[in-house]
Amino acid sequence: MKGMTIIVKNVTALLSGLIFLYGCYIVLHGHLTPGGGFAGGIIIAGSFILLVIANGIQYFRLNKEKEESSLFEGAGIFCFLLLATGGLFLAVPVFFKNLLPGGTPGELLSAGIIPVYNIFIGIEVAAALLSIFLAFVIFKTED
Amino acid sequence: MDSLIPLFVIIPLGIAFLIPLTWRLIPGICRFLPSTGMLAMVVIAFFMLFYVGGEAITYKVGGWEPVDNIPIGIHLVADGLSLMMLVIVNIVGMMAGLFSIPYINKYTGENYYYSLFSLMVAGMNGVVMTGDLFNLFVFLEVSVIASYALVAFGSSKDELEASFKYQVLGGIASLLILFSLGMTYWYTGTLNIADVAKVIRTGSEGSTALFIQLFMVVGFGLKAAMIPFHAWLPDAHSSAPSPISAMLSGVLIKAIGVYAILRLFFTMFNITIEISYVITTIGVLSMVIGVLLAIGQWDMKRLLAYHSISQMGYVMTAAGIAMIIIAKGGDRQVAALALAGGLFHMFNHAAFKGLLFLNAGAVEYSTGTRNLKELGGMADLMPVTSFTSMGASLSISGIPPFNGFFSKLIIIIAAVQGRFYFIALLAVIVSIITLASFMKVQRYVFLDKARTPKLADAKEVPFLMCLPMIIMAILCLAMSLMLIPGIRDTFLLNAVNILLSVIY
Amino acid sequence: MITYLLCFILFLVGLYGVLTRKNLIKIIIGLSVMEYSLYLFLALIGYIDGGAAPIIDPSKPAGLVVDPLPQAFVLTAIVIGLATTALLLAIAIRLYKKYNTFDIDKINTLKG
Repeated sequence: MKGMTIIVKNVTALLSGLIFLYGCYIVLHGHLTPGGGFAGGIIIAGSFILLVIANGIQYFRLNKEKEESSLFEGAGIFCFLLLATGGLFLAVPVFFKNLLPGGTPGELLSAGIIPVYNIFIGIEVAAALLSIFLAFVIFKTED
Repeated sequence: MDSLIPLFVIIPLGIAFLIPLTWRLIPGICRFLPSTGMLAMVVIAFFMLFYVGGEAITYKVGGWEPVDNIPIGIHLVADGLSLMMLVIVNIVGMMAGLFSIPYINKYTGENYYYSLFSLMVAGMNGVVMTGDLFNLFVFLEVSVIASYALVAFGSSKDELEASFKYQVLGGIASLLILFSLGMTYWYTGTLNIADVAKVIRTGSEGSTALFIQLFMVVGFGLKAAMIPFHAWLPDAHSSAPSPISAMLSGVLIKAIGVYAILRLFFTMFNITIEISYVITTIGVLSMVIGVLLAIGQWDMKRLLAYHSISQMGYVMTAAGIAMIIIAKGGDRQVAALALAGGLFHMFNHAAFKGLLFLNAGAVEYSTGTRNLKELGGMADLMPVTSFTSMGASLSISGIPPFNGFFSKLIIIIAAVQGRFYFIALLAVIVSIITLASFMKVQRYVFLDKARTPKLADAKEVPFLMCLPMIIMAILCLAMSLMLIPGIRDTFLLNAVNILLSVIY
Repeated sequence: MITYLLCFILFLVGLYGVLTRKNLIKIIIGLSVMEYSLYLFLALIGYIDGGAAPIIDPSKPAGLVVDPLPQAFVLTAIVIGLATTALLLAIAIRLYKKYNTFDIDKINTLKG
């Protein structure tokens, strides 16, 4: 897979950054709008997948990328678990306790700890989906 | 005390995600992490078992208190039954984890193995603990997805094919379960098990409940590999790496299949005569056909897999008998006895079937084959394996003083007292055929002269593989003690009373 | 009512695919179709005619909203479905490497 024409390459180079930003927006506004960690993470992964498809598999050193994304996946989900467990070790021994103050509904900094959860879910989903995609691609090229 | 409950999910999940992160730095410690974590959970579960007694502790995740007596948020429940299941899941898991350390060395990607293994245990713990239907589905999927990957772990032809078959049938089962949960939500407007029970019991007798129950029987029956739905089990359980076979046969089909059926049907629905007959029929069919299919097998692990179906049939039959007696308004004592026999047999089966699969793994590890016709004379070469497998075989065939004898005896006594003479007779006959089948295993693998010359240099397996087998063999004997009054109350009767308390 | 019936038909289409097709990939597609029909069914359970999206908006008065619980249900089920489908595809590709075919009639080493 050598990649596509120069037009596609240039357009995806421009677009993928915007798609990445849009994914970040969805993740950060997860507690206000439909979407959240999973949907945003999928979009973020999409921006990377688009680059790989357009530029061909020589563009990245895929094995290294896959290892990194697996590492990110593990780290993301582990941080999520730590956050959830955090409440257990603090004053109120409750699993998945909303530790932070609620704030006003409708503002970006509200809903307590839920936006933080969303960020970690976003990292984890993006890394996981990218790992799945790269695993398929690497497996195809191993012939 | 309450805050110990979520630890059963946190510990294995934490280990599962910690291993890929730290494997590069400290692989030696990471190998021992799953078994250490499970040891800790066994200790906590025992502690809670004595502390909780006959009550049920409900833990509200996230601290969401009920509003107007309507529970919101996810509840985790620890009572006699779920704690007993946790003990057995984590003991078998710990042994399989220790056994894996030498066994899994030959595969690549060890870190993923331990990670998936912990994830599977986390899922099972969650299924056992949860008090919320959708949460049950999520944990069930966590454990079965991990088990799909673990079955295919060797990635040879057999393993991939078995895993694919397992995944397609398991996927259909998950969909049926999801559908039945959706119907439950539609019908009752809630997903909390205690709340659903309240709505269903106060509501009118509807055919909707029967419809939901039938889907649940098929869905969880597929997961538990009861007889009309058993096609995937022999392939998956015989192809997986041996410690995983021990986990799948020993605890997975119980935790996500039989336990879920018992818990949901006894605590959630009105027990009707129709569904009782369905469960009894499935149980008897599994018991009889499973053992008949096992007779002709020459692959050691495949034979054990068919016996799993048969032994799970005993549990389902006992539960079905109890349900029929309850539905007909019969003697409570007999129903409790049948249920106690079924649960006791479920716990016992985890011990001896786990041990038998570990034995099969040890034989395969030393000789490279599990075909009965190629083996022989292992008794002199592998004394520990031979001795422990003798104990497990006697236990599964129901020879006193091993635990299998007592649980089968209780089931048969309950069947006779409930006037199910035919079922009692079948249970005895199946037990005899099981004995014959395991005499074949003992003779062909351990007692005869070696059939192929290459077996001569087979050695006893490493210490880390022997230790779990010895502990499990001791467990096979020690679990008979659960019948002594005093011990019986804590371990067995609490669990039975939990199931029956809602009804009476 | 007709929508529930259509969901059921979609479910049966998927089941038909799983049961009759011989190609591994087509079996996976059949499973996915079954899954999606169930997601539709679950989303329909929570639907209320004329209900708004269940988001708290302080500027508007709280009106009729659809039931958010089945939606959370569906979202979680979609995530699980992603994992199962990815795993199934990975196994299918590996099987293809071993046998050079997707035909399940030729992939039959396990019997009995």
